[in-house]
This record gives sequence, C-alpha cells and structure tokens, in this order.
Amino acid sequence: MSLTAFATLLERLAFTPQRLGKERLLAAAFAGQPDPERGLMLAALTGDLKLRQVTPSLLRGLTEARVDPVLFAASYDFVGDLAETIALIWPEGTRSDPPLSEVVHELSTTPKARLPALIAARLDSLGPSERYAYLKLATGALRVGVSARLARSAFAGWAGLPLTEIEEIWHALSPPYTELFAWAAGASRPEAAARAPFRPVMLSTPTDLDQLSALDPADFAAEWKWDGIRVQAVVEAGTRRLYSRTGEDIGAAFPDVLALMDFEGVLDGELLVRRGDGIAPFGELQQRLNRKTVTPAMLRSHPAGLRLYDVLIWQGQDLRDRPYDARRAVLAGAVAGLDPRIDLSPQLEFSSWDDLAALRAAPPLAVIEGVMLKRRDSPYLAGRVRGPWFKWKRDPFLIDAVLMYAQRGHGKRSGYYSDFTFGVWNGDELVPVGKAYFGFTDEELKELDRFVRNNTVDRFGSVRAVARTRVVEVAFEGLNRSTRHKSGVAMRFPRINRIRPDKPASEADHLATLQAMLDRAPGEVDEG
Amino acid sequence: MARPPLLIPRPEGLYCPAGDFFIDPTRPVPRALVTHGHSDHARAGHGAVLATAETLDIMAIRYGDDFTQSRQVAGDPIRIGEVTVSFHPAGHVLGSAQIAVEGQGQRIVVSGDYARVPTPTCAPFQPVPCDIFVTEATFALPVFRHPPPEAEIARLLSSVQANPDRAHLIGAYALGKAQRVIAAIRQAGWDAPIYIHGALQRLCDYHMARGIDLGDLRPATAGRKADFAGAIVIAPPSAFAATWAQRFPDPVIAFASGWMQVRARARQRGVELPLVISDHVDWPNLTATIDELNPAEVWITHGREDALMRWCDLTQRTAKPLHLVGYEDEAE
Repeated sequence: MSLTAFATLLERLAFTPQRLGKERLLAAAFAGQPDPERGLMLAALTGDLKLRQVTPSLLRGLTEARVDPVLFAASYDFVGDLAETIALIWPEGTRSDPPLSEVVHELSTTPKARLPALIAARLDSLGPSERYAYLKLATGALRVGVSARLARSAFAGWAGLPLTEIEEIWHALSPPYTELFAWAAGASRPEAAARAPFRPVMLSTPTDLDQLSALDPADFAAEWKWDGIRVQAVVEAGTRRLYSRTGEDIGAAFPDVLALMDFEGVLDGELLVRRGDGIAPFGELQQRLNRKTVTPAMLRSHPAGLRLYDVLIWQGQDLRDRPYDARRAVLAGAVAGLDPRIDLSPQLEFSSWDDLAALRAAPPLAVIEGVMLKRRDSPYLAGRVRGPWFKWKRDPFLIDAVLMYAQRGHGKRSGYYSDFTFGVWNGDELVPVGKAYFGFTDEELKELDRFVRNNTVDRFGSVRAVARTRVVEVAFEGLNRSTRHKSGVAMRFPRINRIRPDKPASEADHLATLQAMLDRAPGEVDEG
Repeated sequence: MARPPLLIPRPEGLYCPAGDFFIDPTRPVPRALVTHGHSDHARAGHGAVLATAETLDIMAIRYGDDFTQSRQVAGDPIRIGEVTVSFHPAGHVLGSAQIAVEGQGQRIVVSGDYARVPTPTCAPFQPVPCDIFVTEATFALPVFRHPPPEAEIARLLSSVQANPDRAHLIGAYALGKAQRVIAAIRQAGWDAPIYIHGALQRLCDYHMARGIDLGDLRPATAGRKADFAGAIVIAPPSAFAATWAQRFPDPVIAFASGWMQVRARARQRGVELPLVISDHVDWPNLTATIDELNPAEVWITHGREDALMRWCDLTQRTAKPLHLVGYEDEAE
C-alpha cells in the first residue's frame, strides 16, 4: 500500500459517516493491498503500531524553520489541527509515493536525534494529502472515526472469521499480522503464543417475563447485573493482565486491581469503583477509563475492585467445559483466599419468575441494572449464544422532556432533522439534559422533522432552535452526575421513546425528578 | 492644498470623489460601478449602474428589470467627472471585471473578487499594471493552495462510479460556482444529464444563451427517487437543509468550495465528499498576482487581511486594510 493509497483511505474514512460505509472501505483495502502493507494499515487503525512518538513541538520547530511563524500561527488558528495545518502549509517540493511499510520502518528505527531531519526530508517529498497521513502516523493519533474494534470487526467481516476468535488471539499477534491474513486466506489459525492471553468471553441475550415463562426457574441461577465494566482477569506464570470484554488490555489504567490479582487462572467479573462495602455508580468508574496512567490521588479517591461472575481456568485447569454450578463452586473457593476488594457476585434466591421479577423491580443499589440468568448446566461458551445466559435488564427510566434544538442527520437521514436536544424544567426555565438521535420510527422522524421546520425560532449553523412546545418521552438507562452539563446530570443511552403531542410543555418533568434518580454519590465527580 | 485621494473607503463602499461614484456599494447610492453579479457586490436600488453587459443581465435576472433607474454597459474607457474608468476581466464569474480608475496621474485597479484558474464559464483574469492594487483576501492564508479542479472532478466521478445506488448532491453557489463545476464535469468527459435545482435554472440558461455549453441540464424536480441513483445533482447548499434533499436516494453530500480544504469546515457542514473548487485566488495565486503587478501599494478589501498584511510586510510592500464591511467570504 503506497502512502497515497493510505492517505486516500484515511480521507474517505474520515468523511464517511456510516459504520457500514467505513467497513466497506476497509474490506476493499484488505482485499486489494498486499502483505505487509495491509497489516500495517490495520495496525495503524487499531493503534498497535509502536512508532517513536513525534511530539507537536518537534513538528512546530520544523515548520517554523520553513514558514513565517506569524503566518503559521494564523493558519493554525484557522485550521485548528496541527498536523493538518502543517500538511497544508509545508512548501511544495518533489512528489514521491513511498510504500507505507518503508515509512513505518524508518519511523520506528530512526534514532531520536535523526528524527527531525528524516521527517523534514519526507515532508519535502510528499503531496498535501500524503503529508497529512504521514504526520498522523508519526504523531500516533489518526482520528478518522475508526475505533480499534471497528477495524477488527471490519477485518472479521471481510475474512469471514468470527470476531471473538480474532479478539482472543489479537494480543498475541503483532504487526504486520501476516499470520492473520494467512488465516483469512485459509491457513490454520495462529496460536495465541503470548503470555496470559485473552479468552473470548461469554455474552448473554436479552429476555423478558414472557419468554422466561416457557422456562423452568429451577434450571437457572440468578445474580445482579452490575453496572461497571465487564472484564477478564488473567494471571499466568506471574503475568497479570486485565482485559475488557473485547480484549483490550486495560491493566495500565488499573494498577490497583492488578496488585490485588494474587492467583493463577482466568476469572470473569465486573470492574467497579469500590469504597469499603459500597459500590460507586458507573460515572465514577468512567473517570478512570481511557487514561494511560492514573494519578495516586485518583487511586485513593476512586479505588477499583472486582466482583466475580465466573472462572474459565483455575491453576492450570481449563474449566470451560464444566457446568456453571461446578465452575461456581470452584470460584467460591478461589475467592476465599483473595483480598476482599475482589469478591463474589452473590446469587439471588428465587423459586418462581414472579419472585425474580419482584427482586428486579426493587434492587438494593442503583448501580444494579437488572438481573442475569445462567443455566446451571451450561458450559462457558465464546460469544453471544442464545439460551444459556440471559440478561433481564431493569426497565429504562422515562421522563417527559421538551424539544429545544435539532440538527440535521447524515446519509439516509440527509435533509432530515434527526438529532434532538431536549430539556426539563428548572423553575420556569428549561435546561437541556440530553441529546438523542434514535428511538423513533421513520414515521415519527418525519413528524419531528416537520415540527422542527414549522417551529424554528433561531438558527446557529446547522442547528435550529425550536419553539418550546413539543414534549417527547425520553427513555434512558442510567444517570450520571456531570459537571460538564449545566443541568448537572448526564444520561446514558437516551433515546426518544415516543412523541407526546397530547402533553403541554408546562407538564414536562422537572430537573428535581432527575436529581432524585441520581445515586447518593460520595462527592461531586470531576470530569476533567 | 492637497487633492483628496482617488478612492476612499466609506460606509457604503469605496468612493471616488473626483468622479462622484461608488464601486460595489453595499447600500443604495446615486451612482454605482459594479464588478460582478454576486449579491454582496451587486445590490438593487441604485440610481445608476455601470457594469459589464453580463453583470447587468445577471442583476436583472436576480432582482428584476427595475433593479436600477438607469444603466450603462461598460465598453471602452469612460470619462466620469475628472477620472477615466475601464473594465477588465477578473476570471471570477461570468461578467466579472476589475475596475481601473485613472486620474491625477495615478491608476488604481479594484479587482473585486478574482480567480486565476481558467474556466470556460468566463474570460480569464487580465493583469492591469497599476499604482494601487485593491485586492480581496478571502483565502489569504498560506494553507490555502487549491488543487487543480480536474483532480477534484476526478474524485467526484470516481465516487459516482463507486456508489451507483446513490445520488451525488453537490452544493454550489447559484452564480458562477455551479456553472464552473458543471463545465469542469463536462470537460472531464461526463456527458450524462446533470440535474439542477430550480434556483439554478435561469442562471444556467443565461450562461447557455451566452454560448457557454453546459450540456444536458435537467430539472431535479421530476422523477422518482430511484431515477436519481448514480446521478449528479447540483443545488445551492441551502437546499440541503430543506425537505428538497429528501427526494434523493441515500445522497452523498458534496460541496464545492475553497473552504473544503479544511477538514473541520467540511465536517461541520456534514459534507461526505468535499470538493476544493474555488472561484477566488488561493494563496500562491494571490501573492503571485501582487508580485506580477508589483504595485506601489496594496489595499485589502475583505477576508484574512492580517495574514496578507504580514506577507506584504515580509516582502517590503506598502499595504493597508480598508475594513470594508458587507462583503462575504466565498459565498455559499
């Protein structure tokens, strides 16, 4: 893959709004590019290219040696992105089109002292689009709207291989992933040779009382569904790793949890912020995610721990084929020897589905988001298999809110106002509490679009302010405290459940109703 | 006693005391000289308008035949009061002209908006030696180096080919940009019908009447949704916000503008296919034009004055911003 082809791909990915469109672009690149180029491209997108980090100040210095610093500053001000500004402003030289592999190789092997000269020479011999791709590669942040998971899922889709298996071995592989592409072409699956690798997790499917009534309650064990991050804790031959359920290694952000993992095996559980006996709401755990490092202050104020659901491997023995009840017995014994910040997710006692419905309706903590059902005789299976595990989530929260702003959508929604901001009353003022762009039917979308067009009172770019007269019922899964939002709350997965033309705006909900739904969290959360 | 300068900025626009006229005034005045037909330069309601025949026609199309009390077609140099004025092609849109004002032993050229990339839709920019060059500065930042339009059209056509089920909707300003884009698509060999929004019809007809071949243009109003699969549709960008856009199958939203060079601009507008096609000078052409004319002074009308001032400073040129209000950045 030439740098030009890579640059074109990045450009198209960045401007293609739909996930499906992005996957198509990636599939075409996997099919059309040779090894090792396509593997390096994949690694660039998943963030697995370990290149020498080129700093913004190095790039600034190089540019100011060629362009007047005042004009450069004015341009950066206008463009807003350093790599893009440099790509556009760098004086034109000759044009070359090196292979991606050549560029990656030299960026990863050139000594630091020779890096500025190397980068300047490259920039001198590339076109603007290639310079942009090159600088994004060199600074390590592509920002083209493709997550590591999306890139892997596009690969799985193109290769016709199960995503769960790719995720299981991902961390054992390294760029340019030649064995992975060979597997796609029919060779055998690469072995997970890494230490303490990730194993695919078992996932549940949703259910409800109607579907459960056909099943025998005695066949199932039940426990709470904890609202944290599902993780896999792996310790093998002294190597400790904490993986998300998609196989991301998130251990670096949770050194306190790694320190507690004093065992040999593979455990399945929920990562939670725990203080003494208490479990903090999801919003607090969020403070610790997506951080490369964690400060001592954060470790003290937001201590994390695990609540365990299952065991896959214990002291070298693979238990995945054993029935759930047997694994659970091993797990209970295993937990007994661990620090109390790692404990067992308790089982719920019930003899009928109605018993369980009553428990689900009144959970003891707001951090519980429903109940889980696990078939007592089921093995631990990879992926989302329907039957052995069910999640029975608590009913969504519902509020009546007033439409305040609308924004136009993309792709099939071009020309429709499909992103809505809504608010609730605080005294006699409406405060925005969330944004939703799904939940409605096509018919409802047309109705909302019509409402926006006929009731616009102000315009800001592509956003319209509408007359505050239309009430919508908003469903959401949870509520976090937020210092970023004026209302002080942030909704999780808000969507428009239905339109309420029957309801006057004055009868919409008040902020106090939302505040009452919040956990009594110990102190305000700083979202940084 | 010193004579007043040949041109002075006034709230209405650039004023010539020796000839008692305004150039591109933004409010009604007794006598106006108009560089081109874009609405921020050509307004209705003046006492008299002097402009090229095409600009006068375009003003009549946009504002109705009574857009001014009297009109005069610019041809040979004309004496007005104590000055002589002449019109010279600016390469911006059909009929666009630079206005040269000569008197008191001095010549000032007011470029209006101008471009140096050739297009079949209007006469090319003609360099006119002058003492003072009055320039726009819409894209006066060194990041603006517009690629050749052929390369942008090639990207458009390959996207059309890659998405045969989708319509391509190109946002382009009704006067000039739309025809520039259509002509460039024709030059690339695309001879299928191009569908146009109703707001473009009369201006496209006018271009055709002036002998500019835009090929088979059809109204984008008729036809079923599926008929527009694989089609190219041109519309003013404001149409994308209207229900009008709902008639097309899963449209690829494109936008033809010099601003599309900046990704954030394209994303803010929800553009899926940004096309960097401009009818203004980019930075290399702007600075090259000043170098070529080498005027004693540069006056800057609108845009990124600070950056161009800085460049003039670095190249030891005398320059001043006029701070004229009412002119827009490359219109949408």
